Amino acid sequence: MLKYVTKRVVAAILTVFALVTIVFFLVRLMPGEPFTSAKLTKEVAENMNSYYGFDKPILEQYFTYMGNLLHGNFGYSMKYTNKTVNYIIGQTFPFSADLGIRALCLAVSIGLVLGIIAARNRGKKLDFACVLIAIVGTSIPDFIMGALLQYFFGIKWGLLPVAKYLGFEYTILPACALAFYTLASVSRIMRSSMLEVTSQDYIKTARSKGLSELRITCKHQIRNAIMPVMTVLGPTVASVLTGTFVIEAIFAIPGMGKYYVESVNNNDYAMILGMTVFYGCFLVLCNLIVDILYGVADPRVRIGKR
Amino acid sequence: MAELNKDMFVIKGKNITKMESISRPSLSFWQDAWRRLRKNRAAFVGLCIIVLYALLAVFAPMFSKYGFSDMDTAAMHASPSAAHWLGCDATGRDQWVRIWMGARTSLAIGLFSAFINMCVGAVIGGLCGYYGGKLDMIMMRVVDILYGIPSLIITILVMLVLGKGVAPLIIALCVVGWIGTCRFVRGEVYRLKEQDFVMAAKVLGIPDFIIIIRHIIPNILGMLVTNLCMAIPGAIFQEAFLSYIGLGIAPPNCSWGVLAKEGIQYLRIHPHEIIIPAFFICTTMLALNLLGDGMRDAVDPKLRGTE
Repeated sequence: MLKYVTKRVVAAILTVFALVTIVFFLVRLMPGEPFTSAKLTKEVAENMNSYYGFDKPILEQYFTYMGNLLHGNFGYSMKYTNKTVNYIIGQTFPFSADLGIRALCLAVSIGLVLGIIAARNRGKKLDFACVLIAIVGTSIPDFIMGALLQYFFGIKWGLLPVAKYLGFEYTILPACALAFYTLASVSRIMRSSMLEVTSQDYIKTARSKGLSELRITCKHQIRNAIMPVMTVLGPTVASVLTGTFVIEAIFAIPGMGKYYVESVNNNDYAMILGMTVFYGCFLVLCNLIVDILYGVADPRVRIGKR
Repeated sequence: MAELNKDMFVIKGKNITKMESISRPSLSFWQDAWRRLRKNRAAFVGLCIIVLYALLAVFAPMFSKYGFSDMDTAAMHASPSAAHWLGCDATGRDQWVRIWMGARTSLAIGLFSAFINMCVGAVIGGLCGYYGGKLDMIMMRVVDILYGIPSLIITILVMLVLGKGVAPLIIALCVVGWIGTCRFVRGEVYRLKEQDFVMAAKVLGIPDFIIIIRHIIPNILGMLVTNLCMAIPGAIFQEAFLSYIGLGIAPPNCSWGVLAKEGIQYLRIHPHEIIIPAFFICTTMLALNLLGDGMRDAVDPKLRGTE
């Protein structure tokens, strides 16, 4: 187990290192400069460039950046002058995280329930309905889902607020829009994994012991069937978080995604770099936690036979 | 008593020569897969939708009197009518033509990037799985690290470096897209090369190259095609997403993502401008997903010969 965890942690650190390196050089390769406004004179632009260290050789910039990063310092934004990237992330990330967690809870809980219902009623109408929801769900991109929800619930029927993020009723539509795709994929995986478990010998044993159907489902099937769902939780967190990019733009939520898209359009090197690294590290961390949890939950990994 | 010989006896009831003869035409793997795919109604509907959309994407813009970038100030935000079947956008461009021009871009990007990803992933994964050793070890470490990086972030950055357009988009989608296929192919090849038929081929002295082409590839081709089917909606999805945040296709060219992005601005007053592109994106994804599911069942060797 210790060996497994160490291996995962080392891989995660290497991933973060590769990520920072790739992103650093890709950002420098981007066409265009951060200081191109016509209002800036040449001297000012040069001063700005030297202030941010862009006149130094690229390798030196790289090592400086890495050094700062090890101290948890992402540098200053170039668009929002006098604000550090850390400050902006600190201001905006809570919104994204709040939205993401709501969506994730919604998606995983409903997705699991749908998957279980579908598998228990295999071949019946209820199964068909759940599978239909799942297939439709994976076919609708989240920004379209967001727009449609906004149109029907917000504008046509006037049930829920369309934009901003001020209270519980404001969170419902964006969270649903974000959750729908994940919900669908979780329910699909849960259904097929439940069906696979159903034909296993230990279920037959449980049934021949005379256990009630409810007990078999709760204690034996779900527990075993939930493993494959756990493996996709890492990528799921990633898709939910990147999904916030557009959902935040559509619903005018002041989260990180909105700033990310803005800084992409502004050539704000420090912001793009900082936010990408932050996103990346966060997702790598999520994957790491999921991997380790998986190791804890699956006895085959725990003993080290893998 | 007379001597007994064979001629005196006749086998009653069974006819050995007839019993052993093959009465049904033998089906190749692909004939069998096609037969099962046709039986799967949902998958077949999906296939029909895709073919229909592809044909419309090729021919609809040719047979329309409007060009895809012709503006008509008299028809700004026109609702669907006899003149403009699906209405017009903010600058009076005909939506029917733009939808199918967009379909060309979106479908082409989906198909090409999924195909390139499949080829690159299969070659690298195949080499790693078949030869193993140091190359495999190094490649797998690289792949593991790349796999941990959220692909969308890399795609966005590559788009920023390369600029807007169809070719940069395909490249950006391919930079990290092959990794999934690579992992899966490597696992399959690794499993297959231990099997007896490969061993037999090796013992017979068949060179590696021929073994890979004749024995390994046919065995994973079905799953590869299924993967391809599943990857296309993913690529279309990403294209739409990138166009939506303003990084995909440069105007006046359009794709479904661009149309959705333009339409969403007028959600309150002209909802048809978002609902129509949304309908086409969703039905295409739905059709491809159904087809992919059907393909997976059709090429599954465990189900072969069953109904």
